[in-house]
Amino acid sequence: MTLDLATRKAAQPHFHTLLLESPFHARLAALDKTNDWYGWAGHKAPHALDDEELEYFAIRSTAAVFDISPMTKYRITGPGAVAFLDRLTVRNVAKLGINRVHYTAWCDDHGHVLDDGTLFRLGESEFRLCCQERHLPWLLDSAEGFAVDIREETGDVAGLALQGPTSCAILKEAGFAGVEALKPFQIGGFAHEGGTVTISRTGFTGDLGYELFVPRALALSLWDRLFAAGRLLGIRAIGYTALNRARIEAGFIVANADFITAETALRGNRLRLPDEIGLDWMIDLEKPNFNGRRAILAARAGKTLRHILVGLEIEGNVPPEHSLIYHNKRREVGIVTAAIWSPLAKRNIAIASLERPYGDRIQDGLWVEIYALRELQYQKLMKRARIVPRPFVTLARRSANPPGLF
Amino acid sequence: MISGLKLGRTLFEGGGVPTRALDAERGPAVLHGGYGETLEGVSETEAAAFAAMRKKLMLQAGVLKSFLTRKPPRPGDIGLGDAFQLGLTGLGLLRHGRQEARDFARMLLMNVADIADEYLTDDRLKGLIAFDATLGIHLGPRSPTSLLGLFYRLTGEVLGQAGGQYLPKGGMGTLARALETAAIAAGARLRLSSPVAQILTEKGSAIGVVLKNGEELRATEMVSAIHPVTTLQTFLPAGEIDTGLSRSLRHIRSKGNVAKLHLALDRVPVFTGVSLKDQRGRLVIAPSVNHVENAFNPAKYGAFSADPMMEITLPSMGDPSLAPPGACVLSALVQYAPYDLKEGWESGKPRFLETILSTIERYAPDIRNSIVAAELLVPPDIEARYRLPGGHWHHGELQADQLLINRPTFALSGYETPVQDLYLCSAGSHPGGGLSGVPGMNAARHIIAASKARSRR
Repeated sequence: MTLDLATRKAAQPHFHTLLLESPFHARLAALDKTNDWYGWAGHKAPHALDDEELEYFAIRSTAAVFDISPMTKYRITGPGAVAFLDRLTVRNVAKLGINRVHYTAWCDDHGHVLDDGTLFRLGESEFRLCCQERHLPWLLDSAEGFAVDIREETGDVAGLALQGPTSCAILKEAGFAGVEALKPFQIGGFAHEGGTVTISRTGFTGDLGYELFVPRALALSLWDRLFAAGRLLGIRAIGYTALNRARIEAGFIVANADFITAETALRGNRLRLPDEIGLDWMIDLEKPNFNGRRAILAARAGKTLRHILVGLEIEGNVPPEHSLIYHNKRREVGIVTAAIWSPLAKRNIAIASLERPYGDRIQDGLWVEIYALRELQYQKLMKRARIVPRPFVTLARRSANPPGLF
Repeated sequence: MISGLKLGRTLFEGGGVPTRALDAERGPAVLHGGYGETLEGVSETEAAAFAAMRKKLMLQAGVLKSFLTRKPPRPGDIGLGDAFQLGLTGLGLLRHGRQEARDFARMLLMNVADIADEYLTDDRLKGLIAFDATLGIHLGPRSPTSLLGLFYRLTGEVLGQAGGQYLPKGGMGTLARALETAAIAAGARLRLSSPVAQILTEKGSAIGVVLKNGEELRATEMVSAIHPVTTLQTFLPAGEIDTGLSRSLRHIRSKGNVAKLHLALDRVPVFTGVSLKDQRGRLVIAPSVNHVENAFNPAKYGAFSADPMMEITLPSMGDPSLAPPGACVLSALVQYAPYDLKEGWESGKPRFLETILSTIERYAPDIRNSIVAAELLVPPDIEARYRLPGGHWHHGELQADQLLINRPTFALSGYETPVQDLYLCSAGSHPGGGLSGVPGMNAARHIIAASKARSRR
C-alpha cells in the first residue's frame, strides 16, 4: 500500500487546528472547575477537572472516567495485516488472539523506539493500533509489499477509560450484559444506540478497568449512559494528573516523559533501544524480520546498550521529580523520569533512567538529589534510593475473574 | 583485474581504439592512445594545451583511483588501514607540490565546461570532453560537479594505460566469452536463462534463491550483481529490510538518460573526413560544449534532445560475424533520452529515432539508404530487458551524492546488506559502472576477508 503525497496530507488534517476538542469536550467542560487544560497530541485535555486527590481516589475507590480520544488511532486491515504488524512491531502479532489486546512498541532501523502503544486485534485481519504520536507516513512506508489498508481514525473514534473497582459494576448497571466475562486484555462488542461500543478490559492504572471505543457520533450518549449507571456506584471524570499517579504506581511508562521517542529526540544520545527502557521482554527474535531487529541484536552482542530503566524506592516522602541520581553521592548516573508519593503503597516511588552499568551490574549505592522548594527557598536533600521491581502496586482485583462487583 | 581473472593480456593487445570528435566541415579531431596521448587534426598549440590539461587531469584521477579499489571508509567506522590509506593519498598528492594539491581541491567538484574553457580553444575537443564527462549521467557540462564523470573515465585503465578506450580482439562478445572461460576454469558453474524470482531468508540470513521456474537453490553466501534496488526490494520477502532503508532505496536516483541505437546496414557507412580503416574507433558527435549543454536542457523537463549527442561504434568491423560480408552493424549511445519522457515513449520513440538518424546523416550523408533494420532502446526498454530499475546503465546516477560511502546508499556502502550472507557487487556499488570489474573485485575481497574472519572466530 503506497499513497501519494497529496493523499497522505489529506489523510491527516489534524494540524490545521491548534488544539482540537475531543468528542467529549461538552461534558468535560461542563464538569470542569479548574480550567486547567493542556495540549495532548493536539487536543485540549484536562490536567484536572476538580480536586486532584478526589480524582486519584476515584480511580482507586470507585470509578474514574478518563477521556482517551486524543490518543492516536490507526485501523489496519487486510490479508497482510498480521505480517505487516509483525514487521512493524517488536512483539509477535501471530500470537495475539482475536479479540485480544497487547502492549507493544516499534522501532526504526537503528532499533530506536519510535513509540509504544496497544494493539487491538478486532478480527482475523483487522487491528487498531493506539499510540502517543502520529505515524501515518512511517506506517505507510513500512507497508510496502503487504496487502494491507491503513487508515488514520484518531478523529473518527471516541475513547473513554473507565477505571476503578466499581467499573465492572457500572458497565453491568449500564446494561452491557456479559461484560463481566471479559478477561484482562480481552475485547468484546456491545450494542449502543444502534451502533457498537468496543469494550476491552485494559487500562493505564493497574486497577480493574475497561476502555470503551465508539464512533464519534455516539460519544456523548455513551458518556451519559455511563454516568447515569454510575450515579450510585461512584463515578467521576478525571484529568491527567490523577491518571499519572495511578500509572506510576502501576509502573507503566509514558512516551516523551519516561523516554523520548526517536522522531522527537533532537539529541542523538536521547534515543533509546527497547532494552534501554525496559521493553526487552517484548522482543520476539523467532519471528521474521521486524524494524530494528538487527540493530537490537547487534547492540546486545556488542554490549553497546547504554541505558536502563528501573523502578526506585526513595527514603522520605518528597517525590524526587526529575532529580539527578548519583552513585555514592558523587558520580552522576541518571535521572528520575517520574516520581510520586504513592498513596496506595505508602512509599516514595519513582521511575528512573540510569546509565549502565548502574542499574544493571551495579545496583547499590544510589542516591537522589532533591531540591525541595519551600516558599522561595530550596531545601537540598540527598536521599538513598533502592532499585525495586515494577509494578510498585499490584491489585488482585485487576486480574480477578470474574471481576468483583464492588 | 586481467591477471586476477586469468583473462590473458593478449585479449586486449592492439585493441586500443582512437576517438574521433567529428566535425562535418573541419573533419575530426583524433585522440590516440590513453585518452589523447597524441592528437591528430588539431593545431600544435591546441595539442600542447590539451596535453597540459590531460596531464593535470590524469594526476588528479590517479589520486582518486586509490579510493576506487577499496571499500569506502565510513565515518565512525574508520579503521587503521583506512586512516593509513587516507594519509598516503594526502602525502601522494603533496609529493607533487602544493600547487597540485590546491588545484586538486579547486577542481574536484568543478564543471567540465569551465575546465574546457580554462585549457582549450578547439570546440571539437571541448565538446568531446563535455560529452565524455556527462555520458550516462543526468548532468550537463555546466552543471556543478560534472567534471567528476571525466575523472571517473580517466581512472579506468587497460594494460596499465590510463583512460584508454579498448575493444577486445573480436569485439565485446569475446570479453564475455573470456570471462565465462575464466570462471569455469576457476570452478564456477554458470546457469544461463535462470532468472531469480525470490531470495530465501531465514531469521535475517539469506539461505538461497527460488528461480522463476520454481527450482530452489541453497547457498551459504550470495552475491548479487543485479541492481541493488531490485535485489533488496523485489527479490527479498516484504519486510526483510527495515523501513528506513527501504525509504532510502526509493530515493536512489536511477533514471537513465541514454538511449542505445542499433542499425543493421547493407554496407559500411562513410563518415565525412574519416577513412574506412579509421572507422574502427569511437566516433563522437558533440560539436561543442554548447551543443552538449543545449542537448541536456530539454532532458531536465522531460523531453529528449532535439540535437542529440552520441558515441558511435561499428562493432562488425572488429567482429565480422555480426554482419554478412559487406554489410555493417552500427551501435550508438545517444544522449539525452530521459526515462520519464513527458509525451511518453510510445509516440516519442519514433520521433526520437528520426531525430537521431537525421543527426547522423549530417556526418554520414548516405547512411539512411543503407539501413536494413533499426532498433532504438530507450531507458524504459533497457529497464525491461535488463531488469534495471529506471534503465540506468550505472545502476544509479554517478554523481557526487551517490558515490563512495553513499553508493548505492549509506547503509549499503560496504557491499554488505542487512541480510546476513547477502552481498551486493553491481555497478550500483562503489565505485560504480563502466566495464571495470572493480565493484565485483572489491566485493569479492570483502567477502573473502569476512569469511576468513568468521572462520577464525
